[in-house]
Amino acid sequence: MDKEGLSFKVSQATGVNIRECYQCGKCTAGCPVGERMDLRPSVIMRMLQSGDSASEEEILRSNSIWLCLTCETCYSRCPMELDIPKVFDYLREKSYAEGKVNAQSSDIVTFHKSFLNAVERNGRLHEMSLILDYKIHSGNLFQDVTLAPEMYGKGKLHILPERIKDRKGLARLFKDQFKKRKS
Amino acid sequence: MKIGFYPGCSLTGSSREYNESLLAIAKEAGVELFEIKDWNCCGATAAHNLSKELSLSLPARNLALAELEEMDELVVPCAACFNRLVMTQHELSEKEDVRKVISEKLQMPLKNNVKIYNVLQFLEKHIVPRLDQLVKNPLTYDVACYYGCLLVRPQKVMKSDRFEDPMSMDVIMTKLGANPIDWPFKTECCGAGFSVSKTEIVGELSGKIVRNATDRGAKAIVVACPMCHSNLDMRRPAINTYLNMKMDIPVIYITQAIALAMGLTPCQAGIQRHFVPVNLTVNR
Repeated sequence: MDKEGLSFKVSQATGVNIRECYQCGKCTAGCPVGERMDLRPSVIMRMLQSGDSASEEEILRSNSIWLCLTCETCYSRCPMELDIPKVFDYLREKSYAEGKVNAQSSDIVTFHKSFLNAVERNGRLHEMSLILDYKIHSGNLFQDVTLAPEMYGKGKLHILPERIKDRKGLARLFKDQFKKRKS
Repeated sequence: MKIGFYPGCSLTGSSREYNESLLAIAKEAGVELFEIKDWNCCGATAAHNLSKELSLSLPARNLALAELEEMDELVVPCAACFNRLVMTQHELSEKEDVRKVISEKLQMPLKNNVKIYNVLQFLEKHIVPRLDQLVKNPLTYDVACYYGCLLVRPQKVMKSDRFEDPMSMDVIMTKLGANPIDWPFKTECCGAGFSVSKTEIVGELSGKIVRNATDRGAKAIVVACPMCHSNLDMRRPAINTYLNMKMDIPVIYITQAIALAMGLTPCQAGIQRHFVPVNLTVNR
């Protein structure tokens, strides 16, 4: 196997032996978002097996890896027990770090990043901060404008965040996490 | 024995009725829960999508805190937090080198040996044995027990019963007097973390779940996950748009069902916080 190639790196990082996939297609058949994907799970597994650099680039730039909900249905039904969601986690982290996120998936990734920004700030998720951060970074300013007041009315939205006390410990966990990222 | 409690962020905000109803029934049953001091967010979907290390270090900090407080068991009612904590414990127990790295990063000892319980496991062990005495108002309607993804998959790590057709929630609902229906959407995905970023996908996936439960005669959908609840309840407008009809079926947490059966008021169970009104009456 090509030691520079993506499938080798995937196997090294995740412990999943890509070569064991024999293309039965159960992962794709059971995937709740398979119909929306540009590359379906079994296709990604096949492309990783072929290992050419054009395929690797296509995978990292696909919207499929971000549409995956990590529902784990594929993994639970795989006759070879291949942990496809773990492979996708690896591909997502790499795609994000290398600045190759598919344009159609930008809202999904913006949401994840806004979520982590909110956690980094307080140690706990403050839903109001998350929504504001997401609106600013996604540009979807008018989405769900009626939802927030309704949530507030039901006591589900707090104006002020809860903060954890161990700020230093928290900062240590986030240090250098997204430093090398290309944008 | 000390039973620790990790509420997670949702239970302090958008799913606070889950927190309220869980604490109310634990009190009724005389079970004391100790909230982990200074707990942090588990990182949820965002962390494992963008950073492997954060997806381990954030949950691990909570496990280390639970150890410091000498908790024997840790109850994690949010299915998403439960999944992340169990996945972290599993990964760190498989890989000693990773456990060391994370422990050093935390600057905390991490034996990684706390017993983690999801809400169904906690109920089975501590609440169900006391139900015979505690149920005052048996429930009398058909319900659809909806488990979602995170309590049952991956089955090897979650150690779930029958991952395509789990029964543990059905058994509890039967003990409350309700009639759990047989239906095929028990473990289908609701759309999970796409509530904000891909609302239309949540509308479709949750819509199929709501439609099937309704078609099969359920009067309520019972859940054990804040994400499932907010998608099925708060995202009902997106569901109605996808289905092109107005669906009225309410969505309640298993802990709320128990609270109502114990004779607590709807307010004590946090029913008033739902978006879809809950009007449950006898149907058989």
